[in-house]
Amino acid sequence: MQSLTNRSKIVSNKKMTFSESIYLVAILKGMFITIQHFFKKKVTLDYPKMKKPVVANYRGQHILKRDDQGAERCTACGLCAVACPAEAITMVAAERKKGEENLYREEKYASMYEINMLRCIFCGLCEEACPKEAIFLTDMIVSPDQQRDKFIYGKDILVEKMEKRYDTSKRQKHLLEK
Amino acid sequence: MEVELIFKISLVIVMFAISLGIAAYATYGERKFAAWFQDRMGPSNAGPWGLLQPLADGGKMFFKEDFIPAASEKFLFILAPCIAMLTALMTSAVIPWTTDVVVMGQILSVQVADLDIGILYVLGFVSIGVYGIMIGGWSSNNKYSLMGAVRASSQMISYELAMGLSLLAIIIMTGSLGLREIVDGQTGSFLGFLPNWNVFKQPLGFLLFLICAFAETNRAPFDLPECETELVGGYHTEYSSMKLGFFLFAEYINMFISSAVIATVYFGGYHFPYLNRMISDPNMLAAAGFAVFFAKIFFFIFLYMWVRWTLPRFRYDQLMHLGWKTLIPIAVLNLLLTGAVMILKDYI
Repeated sequence: MQSLTNRSKIVSNKKMTFSESIYLVAILKGMFITIQHFFKKKVTLDYPKMKKPVVANYRGQHILKRDDQGAERCTACGLCAVACPAEAITMVAAERKKGEENLYREEKYASMYEINMLRCIFCGLCEEACPKEAIFLTDMIVSPDQQRDKFIYGKDILVEKMEKRYDTSKRQKHLLEK
Repeated sequence: MEVELIFKISLVIVMFAISLGIAAYATYGERKFAAWFQDRMGPSNAGPWGLLQPLADGGKMFFKEDFIPAASEKFLFILAPCIAMLTALMTSAVIPWTTDVVVMGQILSVQVADLDIGILYVLGFVSIGVYGIMIGGWSSNNKYSLMGAVRASSQMISYELAMGLSLLAIIIMTGSLGLREIVDGQTGSFLGFLPNWNVFKQPLGFLLFLICAFAETNRAPFDLPECETELVGGYHTEYSSMKLGFFLFAEYINMFISSAVIATVYFGGYHFPYLNRMISDPNMLAAAGFAVFFAKIFFFIFLYMWVRWTLPRFRYDQLMHLGWKTLIPIAVLNLLLTGAVMILKDYI
């Protein structure tokens, strides 16, 4: 029969020669192969202790940026929620009161802002949609948990801490070039 | 006399501890080496480089529920792992660990019992070990356990013959059944440049013995009694907790003992070329001999693991075929050749 791919192997049931039938040569060959693997450098990364380096625009857990004065940038416009293909983002808008100028940058802010990390597909469209450069994806990894409701991250987790600011300058530049 | 008694008792305790310690760390070594052979890392979290892993495993074994199936033969079910462990630990009694030491002016041999029939004692106890497997498999009242036990016993019978025949050739050459005499017959050099080890005089016999030792210890490629992929766990399917631990432990002790026997019978035991010329102090020589002997043992334990992670398991009929139709005829041939050479040597 004509072969279509030239990849098929012709099977032969030829008798083994004496040296083949005692298998010792084959066994030694096999053991030589395994001992080579024994001394090979292992590729495993001991994960929680060591981490794989990631690219600068890695799309991990989100962060809600503050500006340099410590005020939240988000104005609860809802563009990120509209852009989100997984519908993972939800928010409630509120009006800034007098005396809260140091907390919120503009007159409107998000009193509640939640991202469901189980729904999120980490596409980064919220980051692209945001007109205020308030939401960013980071190289942080969403930590595992036992309960599903723990994966709905509110403002307590998402909003950046001033004492532990996250550098998004590379991402901002990347967005400005667009 | 008292010095000797105390020395022998402490030797028993030390060898007991060493057997258990080596068996425990052989499990660690097995996992680590298996990982390295498969391009993995192996246990690494318990202690530095995972060195406390055997302790963690042992602790886990003790705290597991000790389950005895309702349909099992309860007395025999408990007896089986005891037999396996007991026979595994008793085998080391006749192995000469090193040269004689001098303690308080008395020359003492580092061997628990220098039996005239040392090698027969080893073979006998290794064969009793299969009772543990058989009784365990049968009393579990489980078809997989029973099949594992049946395989174990038939495998033992087929391989013990070839093993005994290959050892007979050594006994003809040495003229003694005692392991001490067999070791001390391997000093000097052979053909001028090789050490006078039996492996160079009996290469075929060594190969046969090695294959049979793999089969006797139920290690891959002859691990049909356990056979995870076919028989769940073979004879220890129904076992749990430390009873299971005893079965697994006995396997590793057997591996250690059979490595020691191979090193003793074929690789000159504690002898190493030029060792006794370099060191004159008897106690230092004994320490060096001990180290040499254990280096040989560790090499064979490594070989066991190396083979295990290289070769796939034999099919049952292939195993029988190899045992009865291949190894036994070759062993008989080897025995005849050895006998002929021994007779002809007297005429030349």
